[in-house]
Amino acid sequence: MSQPDLPLSPPVSDEVRQTTCYMCACRCGINVHLRGGTVSYIEGNRHHPVNKGVLCAKGSAGIMQHTAPSRLRAPLRRVGPRGSGEFEEISWDEALETAVSWLKPLRESAPEKLAFFTGRDQSQSFTSFWAQGFGTPNYAAHGGFCSVNMAAAGIYTMGGAFWEFGAPDWDNTKLFMLFGVAEDHDSNPIKMGLGQLKARGAKVIGVNPIRTGYNAVADEWVGITPGTDGLFILSLVHCLLSAGRIDLDYLARYTNAPVLVNGQAGAADFGLFLRDADGKPQVIDRHTGKLAAWDAPGILPDLRGELVQDGVTHRSVMHQIAQTYLTDAYTPEAVAERCGIPAARIRAIAALLAKTAFEDAIEIDQPWTDFRGERHATMTGRPVAFHAMRGISAHANGFQTCRALHLLQILLGAVETPGGMRFKPPYPKPADAHPKPHAKAAPDQPLDGPHLGYPQGPDDLALDADGQPLRIDKAFSWENPLSVHGLMHMVISNAHAGDPYKIDTLMLYMANMAWNSSMNTRAVMEMLTDTDADGAYKIPRIIYSDAYSSEMVTYADLILPDTTYLERHDCISLLDRPISEPHAAADAIRWPVVAPDRDVRGFQSVLVDLANRLGLPGFVEGGVPLYADYAEYITRHQRKPGIGPLAGWRGSGEDTGRGAPNAQQLDRYIANGGFATFPIPPEAQFYKPWNRAYQDYAVGMGFYDAPQPYLFQLYAEPLQRFRLAGQGHGPHQPPEHLRAQVAERFDPLPLWYDTEHDTGQADEYPVHALTQRPMAMYHSWGSQNAWLRQIHGQNPLYVPTRLMRAHGLQDGDWAHVTSAHGRITVPVVEMAALNDNTVWTWNAIGKRKGAWALSEDAPEATKGFLLNNLIHELLPPKGDGLRWSNSDPITGQAAWFDLRVRLEKAPPQTQSQPATPAQSSPVPPAPKARP
Amino acid sequence: MTCLPDKTDRQLGLVIDLDTCVGCHACVVSCKGWNTEHYGAPLSDQDPYGADPSGTFLNRVHSYELRPEDAPAQLVHFPKSCLHCVDAPCVTVCPTGASYKRTEDGIVLVNESDCIGCGLCAWACPYGARELDLAAGVMKKCTLCVDRIYNDNLPPQDRTPACVRTCPAGARHFGDLSDPASEVSQLVAERGGFELMPEQGTAPANRYLPPRPKDRWQDDASVLAPFLEPVAQEPKGFLGWLDRTLEKL
Repeated sequence: MSQPDLPLSPPVSDEVRQTTCYMCACRCGINVHLRGGTVSYIEGNRHHPVNKGVLCAKGSAGIMQHTAPSRLRAPLRRVGPRGSGEFEEISWDEALETAVSWLKPLRESAPEKLAFFTGRDQSQSFTSFWAQGFGTPNYAAHGGFCSVNMAAAGIYTMGGAFWEFGAPDWDNTKLFMLFGVAEDHDSNPIKMGLGQLKARGAKVIGVNPIRTGYNAVADEWVGITPGTDGLFILSLVHCLLSAGRIDLDYLARYTNAPVLVNGQAGAADFGLFLRDADGKPQVIDRHTGKLAAWDAPGILPDLRGELVQDGVTHRSVMHQIAQTYLTDAYTPEAVAERCGIPAARIRAIAALLAKTAFEDAIEIDQPWTDFRGERHATMTGRPVAFHAMRGISAHANGFQTCRALHLLQILLGAVETPGGMRFKPPYPKPADAHPKPHAKAAPDQPLDGPHLGYPQGPDDLALDADGQPLRIDKAFSWENPLSVHGLMHMVISNAHAGDPYKIDTLMLYMANMAWNSSMNTRAVMEMLTDTDADGAYKIPRIIYSDAYSSEMVTYADLILPDTTYLERHDCISLLDRPISEPHAAADAIRWPVVAPDRDVRGFQSVLVDLANRLGLPGFVEGGVPLYADYAEYITRHQRKPGIGPLAGWRGSGEDTGRGAPNAQQLDRYIANGGFATFPIPPEAQFYKPWNRAYQDYAVGMGFYDAPQPYLFQLYAEPLQRFRLAGQGHGPHQPPEHLRAQVAERFDPLPLWYDTEHDTGQADEYPVHALTQRPMAMYHSWGSQNAWLRQIHGQNPLYVPTRLMRAHGLQDGDWAHVTSAHGRITVPVVEMAALNDNTVWTWNAIGKRKGAWALSEDAPEATKGFLLNNLIHELLPPKGDGLRWSNSDPITGQAAWFDLRVRLEKAPPQTQSQPATPAQSSPVPPAPKARP
Repeated sequence: MTCLPDKTDRQLGLVIDLDTCVGCHACVVSCKGWNTEHYGAPLSDQDPYGADPSGTFLNRVHSYELRPEDAPAQLVHFPKSCLHCVDAPCVTVCPTGASYKRTEDGIVLVNESDCIGCGLCAWACPYGARELDLAAGVMKKCTLCVDRIYNDNLPPQDRTPACVRTCPAGARHFGDLSDPASEVSQLVAERGGFELMPEQGTAPANRYLPPRPKDRWQDDASVLAPFLEPVAQEPKGFLGWLDRTLEKL
């Protein structure tokens, strides 16, 4: 029998258009194939700096997202009671005029009565600019309930953070240590990096209570007890210090380890740096033995520095590090039981770190010059890299744990050196080069500056004259002074309670706050519909923009339907959260590769329209709108002269970084595949905070206007300023009920403490409960996707073998899971590769019936569930009548992973509990066949 | 009954690295996307937004827990698609000749116009690697992207199966396993690549690279111990060491 004659070169598609993925936060480049004018296939863009051609399951399933039956179709106005899901379709003009009729009076009288929070927004430099023009202090995105601890600790400690602002040096590292849940930040680059490490046999250690995903391929798995990562890390620090396995040269030159600290206990400046007349922290120069400013040319700072001045002893930070971490509290034997890791194993890991960093050091033959003017012949690398994200972040001790991890990296000399962690432009950028918070609202005026920033001490808090929070989420208040990403998870709760004040309009973008993005989901739904005695809603008005029929849509009064990611302009900007890689700055766009087939508009263009109608400063000059839509804003907006949202093809098309706006800029990006890269010169590739060549590159690109070298802040002086306030010093004092918390938690050197849940609930609720995100899903979006829901259509509770046996459970049985806050009833499945005292599930798979255009008997709605129902945004009452937030006391990071529960076997069920009644869908039921 | 070729010029196939696969399902979905648009009938889905969504996939990732006696449990991600066997029982069982093995490259294919959807081949395949498309009524299976790998409309570097092109971790490799000098053959030799279920006598072309040994920290502990040889046990001693060491720098 002869073989059929196969066409081996069939046409692939009619056309390829290159844009940026939005199936998660990773922002890979994609080739969108079109056939007959519709999207036919999506693959990775080989030339793109983030994904270099590869694409994850989410990205490849983008076609199913783009065609999902859950897509909203037109603006909607609520006609039934809030929460009933009864809407009528209205025109855009009517929708926008309705919004203006609500917002304009607020702007003219009390702009803070608008709270605008933006979820998974990838245009924060734009949305915050809009909110600033409006004049409300109440703006933030979702970082507060995501990974703000990681970002804040990174920037306060080393002027950069993991993921968007830093990455392991995959090309050179020999040992990679991954802490906690990090699957989705940053999705493809971590997988690509792990592949690189595996291909050359580099070692991978996973520290995670759960052995899935990246931990499944790790050579070593450390199934740590949740919430104890900081203690484990500080024990590694103890081991390395006691063995002298630290990079003394690096510490002396590039960190504040040699900076002198006031040692006069009880004094108002105790624990602050010795500074010269210019305010520069002082060190002892080993060449002269004399005091010198940290950045004086030619000096070699002395780690052993000690000086008595005016009767006060000042000792170097290095003294304090030795005093703090060489105590018995941090020996492996002391921490082993609490961490669930044998002492011998902690020592083995510390020894491996020591060996790899110092015996297997690498040398790159690349001369460079440091900021003190010293020329170095080579670049020395400590090939040990770390990564962490929400896993260690989402605990009430997360900020200090993240700081501890950075301390470990820096002691090893493994940041911004070959084989360690490398920053991505526009980072490095130290905390004190960032803005400070601004929150002073005035009628008819823009806000006095950017909302979010990095406080350097109590002077910078966002408080009124009476010490009350200026922001609805209480960011930058004594409850959480360094809440640099805001606290989106507290907005609805605080607005409902009128604490610290009542608001009028809540405007949300792309944030499923009535479901998986809120703690205490059931109560949040009640808060959104709750009324005063006179029948008025406690949160009077809610405007929501989303592309899809999410659970949050039901609670809006006005819905502004967004486009899909293939139908819109976007800008992945260096002013914001760019797509840079360590070797090159980079930015990117999205553009409408297909036109919407519904009456929907990109939310950013809608904001431009609203700004024009409201006459917002920055958008309207002399009564004339500056931009017709977001695309015009992207090309024409200048944050300061010559600096705009996109860095490529400025001016006449020849300028990079700085240059006049260029009307052809978007066309140039499209012609280049939707992105631009700006390579860093070889001499500037490492030691960026201290490297003259990098500093010059950064100034040329417009990241800053003059070189700004700085030292890594092992000792964080801003924290000491807060601690001094907690101890009674200074004009700004915390309220009495927070005084002890501030004094204890704001240690300027990383510390570890048990969280409230561990100290208060361990006996009654002995089991840790966690969530993680599957690699094939991104928060609530995945379940509407016909392909992805076939991969992850259910989320059982995974229970370790020990607990399965103890409770007589078998796969498919049901269990009641109870926390101090509530009870859920869910299906269980056994998992052996799991910490013995931890249960977990995939987050955001559980759906409310009627949402996302799924049928009401979809497994996501019948067997799916949220752990959110067990987690309160407040700690259990302490009997003092106060509302204690379930957050990190330093940053306000939502402490999702502090959850503790107990299990008991339940009778067989057909429906997970609590079963929220179905919501009525604003879109028609999905067709039987997929699009 | 359908005959297998006596020999093939080449034997293309996949080498899948189980030490590197993180189980992300990128290959699964990329395959679904490409093969919905190309080669024969689209891969359909049934009840895609309902209670029991299911569909045709040519490649699926299964996950298995291993429970070694002397080490913590492990999770292995195991992608599986047609293995393009040399002695492919799915071909010889086909009553219409629709299933065949290409003589030039050893790819096992289904000629959909001759397929009657009887399902015998799926029964005969010991790996469960074939799926009957419920909408089209024809048997679907991995084609090794035969419409990509020779496709002049694609740039040369893209002439590789969609699953290989997209794999973020680089855990999938494609090449000629009959050529001992090929990169895939060398990888198999270096890493001890194995055949799946060789006892079935199907001589599969695809190979799997086994996970490297894990959790062996105790083996190295004594070798590593000297790297933690203490210079000091408490702060004062440390500062003394610091003094001495700084003098030598």
